[in-house]
Amino acid sequence: MHDKGFISIWFFIGVLLTAYGVLITASGLYELVSPPLHKVVLANLHAGIWWGAVLLAIGLFYTIRFFPRKQ
Amino acid sequence: MNFFCALLVTNGKLVSLSPMDVVVIALYFVMVLGIGFYLKRYTNTGEEFFLAGRDMSAWIAGLSFVAANLGSLELMGWAAAAYQYGLLAAHWYWIGAIPAMLFLGIVMIPFYYISKTHSVPGYLKLRFGESSRALSAVTFGFMTVLMSGINMYSMALVLKIVLGWDIHFSIWVSSITVAAYVFLGGLLSAIFNEVLQFFLIWLGAILISVLGLIEAGGWSGMVHRIHQNFPGQDFTHLWQGLGSFSANPMGIHWTGIVFGLGFVIAFGYWTTDFLVVQRVLTAKDLRSAKMAPVIGAGFKMAVPFIVILPGLLALAVLPEKLVGAPEAAATGAYSYNEVLPLMLARYCGPGLLGLGITALIAGFMSGMAGNVSAFSTVWTYDIYRAFIRKVAPDQHYVSVGRWCTLIGVLISIGTAYLVMQFLSIMDYVQALFSFFIAPLFGTVILGMLWKRATPAGGFWGLLAGTVGSVGMWAWVKLDPSALRYIALSPDAKDMAENMYRALWSWIICVVVTVVVSLLTRPKPESELNGLVYGCTDVPKETGLTWYQRPLLWAGVVIVIFIALNIIFW
Repeated sequence: MHDKGFISIWFFIGVLLTAYGVLITASGLYELVSPPLHKVVLANLHAGIWWGAVLLAIGLFYTIRFFPRKQ
Repeated sequence: MNFFCALLVTNGKLVSLSPMDVVVIALYFVMVLGIGFYLKRYTNTGEEFFLAGRDMSAWIAGLSFVAANLGSLELMGWAAAAYQYGLLAAHWYWIGAIPAMLFLGIVMIPFYYISKTHSVPGYLKLRFGESSRALSAVTFGFMTVLMSGINMYSMALVLKIVLGWDIHFSIWVSSITVAAYVFLGGLLSAIFNEVLQFFLIWLGAILISVLGLIEAGGWSGMVHRIHQNFPGQDFTHLWQGLGSFSANPMGIHWTGIVFGLGFVIAFGYWTTDFLVVQRVLTAKDLRSAKMAPVIGAGFKMAVPFIVILPGLLALAVLPEKLVGAPEAAATGAYSYNEVLPLMLARYCGPGLLGLGITALIAGFMSGMAGNVSAFSTVWTYDIYRAFIRKVAPDQHYVSVGRWCTLIGVLISIGTAYLVMQFLSIMDYVQALFSFFIAPLFGTVILGMLWKRATPAGGFWGLLAGTVGSVGMWAWVKLDPSALRYIALSPDAKDMAENMYRALWSWIICVVVTVVVSLLTRPKPESELNGLVYGCTDVPKETGLTWYQRPLLWAGVVIVIFIALNIIFW
């Protein structure tokens, strides 16, 4: 794949997951500070924060590992 | 497949998106279009546009192989089936997929790969001649765009029910997006996006299972709650209720599951449907091509944890009882088909909800891109180049392929609007698709494993199997009592009828192929090199360490597959 010189698919995945991680974590933190009127079930677990963090971690790993300049 | 057909239009909507959810969905569209624009410069030749340059690693080909099958209607439909039928629905992911995928990787891929064919109809041309290719290519091309249109309409309906989106908006926006990125980057772009979509589907859907299990108190807590909510019914076993047609809610017998689903339908779909096989043909070498279905099987085996488990969890935790689509329309209750969005709305707040909806849209787009890229290849190579313009520069065929992508999408949109007017078409087309799969498997497998099979045998067997399947379907439509002969029991239901009809049509194909072959002159063995077992030197896997061998990993997958069936017996 890399012989042809195009950016790895894993880099694109990393970028999108990083963006999603930032957005979803931020959204979860906002809900923590300012709880909504209508809460989802298990809102006390703050899934947005930790799932956003998981997406961010996976996203950053792929972005850095497959960053185009490193190929 | 009937689950997919029964989606219901309601005036309300299940969930409302926050601005954060809209941003999450919009980012996805920007990314897939960006990938298409970026990859256009790398798809100039036919090999690059139609087969992604045959340069994909085993992981990319394997993930794309399984993602092309993992459409959103697959997610929604089988989650609904799990709510309705319990763990029985997992048969479609395990016995209905795993053995066939491993068989493709270990036994059949060497012949597809070594023959350097561009498509499954292309293999039939090499093995049996033009007539078999023409029959297979025309039926595949026709059915692929029709199915794509039906899926498109069903997805638009889902978005209308869940989000209240206008049905025309959903159809056009999603179609134009898929058309744009496949037009620009061909199969390479489709595969890149399928791998991306695979990640999004998993990351968007698995949270439902995780949070559902926490709420239900783990697996045992879930089973306990299901027994409380539905006393006397068995939703948590795979095989226990399959001893007779009337002892399970699907109205099916274990022989139908094992031989109809596990053998004929699964092997037919996973080993001869070009939509999925095309992904494997993009692998960079034979080992990668053999590993791709094995990797795909590993992930396919895990899909019930994001599809079937949410349906089971809904049985345990949802306060309301879901009903069939007609009853839901009459009473205003939620239908089975809404189980996944209901679970999504139950656990996911702003941002996470957008991710879940993105997973559904990604599923739809990966399925549709699979259909249009396969259609474009079969039309260009097996119809246009074979019968309309046999000699032309490579660039010309790439250009035809690009325009075929757009035409395929437009026909799909036309089909979606046709279905909108005549809903019953969905039932007929779903059945039509099943007519071609089982006989095609009979033809391909005999072609690969039996060198005595002749071109005449291949063609007449394929035609007889297809006509036989249509005939059996029409017989039951005209005289429902014929079900006792086709499905071996008057208690059989639609799904059982499909299983047994596939089995009979495969048998018809095989018998006719064998008889006609024995009466006609076979091809000389020198012409079968690279196409048939016994006439082909399959390269040995030399220089590989033990953990790099596809056979080892196929063994690991089959052991886990057996363990899962025993655990959930």
